[in-house]
Amino acid sequence: MLDIFINTLVIIFACIGIFFFLVGTLGLIRLPDVYTRLHAGTKCDTLGAGSILFALAIYERFSINGLKMVVLAFLVMVASSTTGHAISRAAYKIGIMPWRKKVLDVFPEEESENVTES
Amino acid sequence: MQNFFLAVGLILVTNAFICLFRAIIGPTLPDRIVAINIVGTKTLVILVLIAYIFGQHMYIDTAFVYALLNFIVTVAVARYLETGGLPSA
Repeated sequence: MLDIFINTLVIIFACIGIFFFLVGTLGLIRLPDVYTRLHAGTKCDTLGAGSILFALAIYERFSINGLKMVVLAFLVMVASSTTGHAISRAAYKIGIMPWRKKVLDVFPEEESENVTES
Repeated sequence: MQNFFLAVGLILVTNAFICLFRAIIGPTLPDRIVAINIVGTKTLVILVLIAYIFGQHMYIDTAFVYALLNFIVTVAVARYLETGGLPSA
């Protein structure tokens, strides 16, 4: 009975991890900018790797290897936030501007007066 | 339970190859760094899963080494981009 409960918990946490890894990959492919891709990628690091490592820690029933998993998940979370800060700071320093949504310009040659800005 | 871990590992390997697509076509250098960072995190999780698929717990310590190496590589490349060379101080 306890084995069934623990295995169900492991499968649930691992599926949450796989979902966040898929979302992170989708964001990395589809989003338009370095900063937004970084936003998707850090989700992948913290929640995806964190939940899969926590699922394995539950599967190990928090023995010494399970505590290693918890320490590894904590290390990944700290490293992910630090590298995210470092990459975004470096990208801003070398002059990559954040992405802005383009306003549709139907007649780009003429100087129209009623330009809609959003 | 080992078959489930094998399925999770295969899904993550497929995801890592999709992330390498961004690392190849990325227009700027920080895009490639982000993609390689995510591939490194997936490698770490796959190594921990390999420890349970094959029943060899040595790979967990290898995953620790990969986590530290991934962190140091990313911070070093970001620092290199920011200063444009080796840090003087």
